[in-house]
Amino acid sequence: MTVKTLLNVEGLRKSFTANRRTVHALNGISLTLREGETLGIIGESGSGKSTLGRIAVGLDTPTSGELHIEGCRIDTLSAPMRREKLRQCQMIFQDPYSSLNPRLKVGRQIGEGLFASGESDWRAINSKVRDLLARCGLEKDFAERYPHEFSGGQRQRIAIARALAPNPRIVVADEPVSALDVTIQAQILDLLAELKKVENLSYIFISHDMAVVARLCDRVAVMHRGRIVECGPVEAVIENAQHPYTRNLLEAVPRFGRRRTGQRPTPVTLPQHEDGDNFVTVSEGHTVLQASASTCRGTGQ
Amino acid sequence: MNTPFLRVRDLSVTFPAKGAPFNAIDRISFDLARGEILALVGESGSGKSMTSLSIMQLLPGAAQMSGSIEIDGQNIVAFRRRQMEDIRGAKVGMIFQEPMTSLNPVLTIARQMTEGLVRHKGLTRRNALTLARTCLDDVGIPDPDRVLSQYPHQLSGGMRQRIMIAAALALRPGILIADEPTTALDVTVQSQVLDLLFDLKTRSGSGILLITHDIGVVAETADRVAVMRGGKILETGSVDDVLHSPQHDYTKSLLASHLTVDRSMKQRRTDREETGA
Repeated sequence: MTVKTLLNVEGLRKSFTANRRTVHALNGISLTLREGETLGIIGESGSGKSTLGRIAVGLDTPTSGELHIEGCRIDTLSAPMRREKLRQCQMIFQDPYSSLNPRLKVGRQIGEGLFASGESDWRAINSKVRDLLARCGLEKDFAERYPHEFSGGQRQRIAIARALAPNPRIVVADEPVSALDVTIQAQILDLLAELKKVENLSYIFISHDMAVVARLCDRVAVMHRGRIVECGPVEAVIENAQHPYTRNLLEAVPRFGRRRTGQRPTPVTLPQHEDGDNFVTVSEGHTVLQASASTCRGTGQ
Repeated sequence: MNTPFLRVRDLSVTFPAKGAPFNAIDRISFDLARGEILALVGESGSGKSMTSLSIMQLLPGAAQMSGSIEIDGQNIVAFRRRQMEDIRGAKVGMIFQEPMTSLNPVLTIARQMTEGLVRHKGLTRRNALTLARTCLDDVGIPDPDRVLSQYPHQLSGGMRQRIMIAAALALRPGILIADEPTTALDVTVQSQVLDLLFDLKTRSGSGILLITHDIGVVAETADRVAVMRGGKILETGSVDDVLHSPQHDYTKSLLASHLTVDRSMKQRRTDREETGA
């Protein structure tokens, strides 16, 4: 049984220049998203996970490397062709307070995606918008209201409806529940899971929260300093974490049944990875980046 | 038994509004002793930050306070600005969620850390600087001399939060209010900052009022917990009691919706068994 690959990046690099210093946000990322799966990208701030997400939906362009969607190479296409292809990829942002336009009615900003994809009859657009709102667990009449009238959870539902408007196949969700209260988080995660089934979607789910990734994702890629250091099925990565960074990350999550002692834990030295480092397969589909012997300086075994 | 350092009784905070006035905090009472960590948990809008702001008298002008807040035996509710200046920093320290906005971007760390020491402890600048250096060392900041000459934007979030903690604790306050101190930080840094708070509580004997929405953080660090919702304290008790046998329905639902890695993994297994069956 072969599962179709929807999105595929190969050797992706992205550098930014700030104050005459070059920052390497992505150092050669290769990754595939299969049809119908939820791929988690986990890492801390500055690991490059959001940059990766932005490139996948076309909000940023890579410095080098290839981006394929459904087998078609995107980064070499002309701008209109690229836009057309990238309409399949939509994005949900972390903060629904800043990602919605405060001066546009909800219905208008959801409808813009449909208008951009070629639908020109606003009556037809409006009826689709009302339908989308209902599917995202909101009332149809919310289309006539402005974002400030809604709570954080409702706004995130609106943002989800907007992402779904152009009928995408891939949705990149960048920390979609981090700004929400715990009880609301669970509702939004349930909504995302349900929509995935109904709308036949595939997700790239970017998060810093292991518990959220464990709840929703099929596979997870752990990012650190612009590299993927470990990747595999969620069960394998969480229950049999191989990379010291993944273990650090899992260890740091606060949990019940453990008390702080006030003792500082012994610091773990993380391996310094280089471009030539290779992935080692741990079990089926579970790979870990191995530092070459020369750069491996005590991984805290 | 000696009286607790902080004693709050029937504290209410009301905002005038059209129609009925809005009660941000509704008759809450709690105590906090030195050397103890009390966690206030609740969702946004539950009144937990309002509670901390009223202890510091930093509420917006329109707010009206009633009830009593005793700090070291003094009821501060009717205190004037001048009087509050001797409380803030000296008796009650505070650290906020976002260390970038709570540090002054145009002053060096040295300047910000010594300000309180000169004001409250009457130290000379030079002595204050020496003490600041020791405090930075205490919170595990490497190369304190370099950090003292830097500005906030040159430092990472974790470093900034450590500096806030060092600056607050340099004054040896009886209690430290930590309002979501780790929410803006990465998990690995969060873990270090929590270790630090715990360690400092043990060593300096300050009481800590830890305001958080994360039950996991409460379970690991707090001694006692008060669950807030809609401006009221619904349930209070030792961490073991409240987390293991919650009495109030809201506490139960808060605990049930808390996502943990273990719980997520368990859920996955049951899901798979259901679809397999």
